[in-house]
Amino acid sequence: MMSKTFIRTVKNLERSQFEILRLRIMAFIFALVAGGLFIIMIGYNPVELYGTIISGAFRSKMAIQATIKIMIPLLMSSLGVTLAFKMKFWNIGAEGQIIMGAVFSSYFALFHSNLPHGLLLLIMFVAGFIGGGLWGLIPAIFKTRHNTNETLFTLMLNYIALHVISFLRDGPWKDPGSSGFPKIARFVTNAQLDKVFGIQFGWIIGIILVVIIFIYLRYTKQGYEINVVGESQSTARYAGMNVKKIILRTMILSGGICGLTGVIQSAGSDMTLAASVAGGVGFTAIIVAWLANLNPVGILLVSFLFSILEKGSSVMQSTYGLSTYSAAVLQGIILFFILGCEFFVRYKFVFGNKGGARS
Amino acid sequence: MIERNIENYAIELKGISKKFGSVVANNSIDLDIKYGEILALLGENGSGKTTLMNMLSGIYYPDGGTITVAGKDVTISSPNDAINLGIGMIHQHFKLVEAFNAVDNIVLGTKGKYQKPKVLKEKISEISNKFGLEIDSDKEVYNMSVSEKQTIEIMKVLYRGAKILILDEPTAVLTPQETEKLFRILRKMKEQGSAIIIITHKLNEVMEISDRVAILRKGNLIDTVKTCCTDENKLTELMVGRPVSLKIKRPETDNKKTILKVVDLSVVGEDGREALKNINFKLKRGEILGVAGIAGSGQKELCESIAGLMKIKHGAVLCNKENIIGKTPDEIIDLGISMSFVPEDRLGMGLVSSMGMVENVMLKSYKKNKGFFIDKNPARKLSEQLVKKLEIVTRNVDMPVRMMSGGNVQKVLLGREIESNPNVLITAYPVRGLDINSSYLIYDLLNEQKQKGVAVLFIGEDLDVLLEISDRIMVLCHGEVKGIVDAKNTTKEEIGLMMAGRSMEGADDDE
Ligand SMILES: Nc1ncnc2c1ncn2[C@@H]1O[C@H](COP(=O)(O)OP(=O)(O)OP(=O)(O)O)[C@@H](O)[C@H]1O
Ligand SMILES: [Mg+2]
Repeated sequence: MMSKTFIRTVKNLERSQFEILRLRIMAFIFALVAGGLFIIMIGYNPVELYGTIISGAFRSKMAIQATIKIMIPLLMSSLGVTLAFKMKFWNIGAEGQIIMGAVFSSYFALFHSNLPHGLLLLIMFVAGFIGGGLWGLIPAIFKTRHNTNETLFTLMLNYIALHVISFLRDGPWKDPGSSGFPKIARFVTNAQLDKVFGIQFGWIIGIILVVIIFIYLRYTKQGYEINVVGESQSTARYAGMNVKKIILRTMILSGGICGLTGVIQSAGSDMTLAASVAGGVGFTAIIVAWLANLNPVGILLVSFLFSILEKGSSVMQSTYGLSTYSAAVLQGIILFFILGCEFFVRYKFVFGNKGGARS
Repeated sequence: MIERNIENYAIELKGISKKFGSVVANNSIDLDIKYGEILALLGENGSGKTTLMNMLSGIYYPDGGTITVAGKDVTISSPNDAINLGIGMIHQHFKLVEAFNAVDNIVLGTKGKYQKPKVLKEKISEISNKFGLEIDSDKEVYNMSVSEKQTIEIMKVLYRGAKILILDEPTAVLTPQETEKLFRILRKMKEQGSAIIIITHKLNEVMEISDRVAILRKGNLIDTVKTCCTDENKLTELMVGRPVSLKIKRPETDNKKTILKVVDLSVVGEDGREALKNINFKLKRGEILGVAGIAGSGQKELCESIAGLMKIKHGAVLCNKENIIGKTPDEIIDLGISMSFVPEDRLGMGLVSSMGMVENVMLKSYKKNKGFFIDKNPARKLSEQLVKKLEIVTRNVDMPVRMMSGGNVQKVLLGREIESNPNVLITAYPVRGLDINSSYLIYDLLNEQKQKGVAVLFIGEDLDVLLEISDRIMVLCHGEVKGIVDAKNTTKEEIGLMMAGRSMEGADDDE
């Protein structure tokens, strides 16, 4: 008697690098085809539209600069959450950590803007790191002391952070110059990040961070500890590691890097503290980090591709007068296939009774 | 009469091969087993036993070859297919739901209509009576001993109507009494016409239970012999490829000085009960102190308290007269106290399964080199040395240890501990699941350490081995020391009585 199931999934851990690459390329092609069908359905030429996405992201110096600008916060916060994920600490609170980093640094940007420029920026970065780090540390403390669930905890802290901004905007930090409509004042030039090649210098920090995190995870004792703790806490304890200390330290770093993202976004792109400073980046970062398999160099690549898609589809949208929603649907379709591909990397389908012992 | 009745063959394998990358785990294996027969599968660590059986239970696909079950050609592409063909496998890692009771675990995943617990229980007790299994239907799995869990696993397979049973090293974690019980069940099943394949490294068990023995070496089937026409020495020779002496040495050392002194140690275990009760003993340089006792008598807690991993209720552990209670595991490692515990799931403690040998070897020593960065070179060199010295089978020293065969994983663990040049070497169940050759390699290594003046605490299961290798034997029962005896002047019976709870005169003299 054989099982009647016609199709089923089997865990597949034996794929070679080459096979995985082939799968990914195939997923990409499928994504283009499916997206193309959607474009035809709404009455446009897919080749043209895809062309616009690519050219839209690169067509001019300004477009390239805008693409990079989108990429900076995504890259940095992905690196931030990667540290926590390596430790199997499910930090989905990058949003909140970005916001708190921005809030802490904005205090200096708003109220101590007469400090010398270099010193002011330095203080803002330190403050941003502390703000984000603190927001990462809180769930870690509760996790190590009371074994709370960090997923829920970090998620909830996102909302608290959002409300902290609203509170500041409507009350203590409200711009007296704005009549009625509550907002926080624009940062003076002295508190804004300088530009390098026409883009705020956050991109340099992002690239430096890629190198640092890569080295940190692979070649330092602390990185090694993160890996061991992520694999098994009891093994780490057996090896004489101070597991609590490692969790706390790593979450300060993870949150701190997200905090830096907040500084760069507020003082480099928004020039003010807006409630949208994180704007979902902290969640996208989770996808980016996993797609890149928690590899910093991979994160650089994936976040670049994400920002091309983002920038390109906004250009496509305005060129063809598409609605925001159709651009979002297209993005969704492409993401669906790319993420779906990861399923095939880890599992495979077996049809009927094939794949047995017969050679 | 027909000479070869095809119906009698439960399984026939022809030309079965399986490769993992460049490693040939199974090379064109031909093997068969009849209903009403017990076949033992014997082979060194990494010879491909588990892989071969995993292809029968639907976990791996063969790269080539044919499988015939009950005379029909079949393809087995999932554990479900295997069950539908009447093949059930008991893996080393049990797959039970801890929070469920016995009945729920047994029926979990079976198709068919909902049935009242009472009906199910009757059905189960009917099967139990038929094969002599002892099952407490309402007991939750987390309250069960290893042996009870194993019985549930067997019941799961029988409940699904399996006529072919595969057991992968079922006795590695059982006490001798539990093993006897298991064997009684297997014999009953055989009488009822089941086909049974059992993997074990213990030759006495092979001789006792099997009808035939199939020997694998480096992925090849070397020979299949009738158990009645062979003996342990011949089997070892077939398995290893050369004659091996089955005698354990007990070298004499002088200058035995107490290095570790345990005073009135009491520990509360995870379940809230007192796991160690006022333990007192001394461990000397240049000796092997064996620890005997049925599983769960406090062995784990003893190891973990000395290694600084457990909270102590009261008492002291003195290392060179310095109390180490209250020190962190880190500081205890620095004192030269090395502990290696091979748990029942083998990988549980001491190794990081996704990392390669190099990163595992440096687990306890990575802090030694100064600075912020890690230096993998010494660990790499050491790993390569260990591969040679302990004959570890691995593609390279960076291959994740979870891909290694069970025995090789253990060699990595023990090798690391010995290479850390300890003063005190605590090792629990170091040969669990190791093949004969590797076991003797480990015994030699322990003796080598002893001769270097290391104090060795050897927690073992096999009384014969303990009696041969130890200088003194301490017997634990329900967390109490029932006595410490001179290994040369004691008998297996005496130890057995103490394990069951009788107290004896001590041999724990000073200096
Ligand atoms: N999933 C896997 N990926 C890569 N190699 C594997 C995998 N499983 C097994 N191997 C390799 O195949 C060989 C045979 O392994 P197997 O586990 O079958 O040995 P074994 O005879 O059961 O050994 P042991 O007695 O130690 O359990 C080993 O060299 C092992 O490293
Ligand atoms: Mg095995």
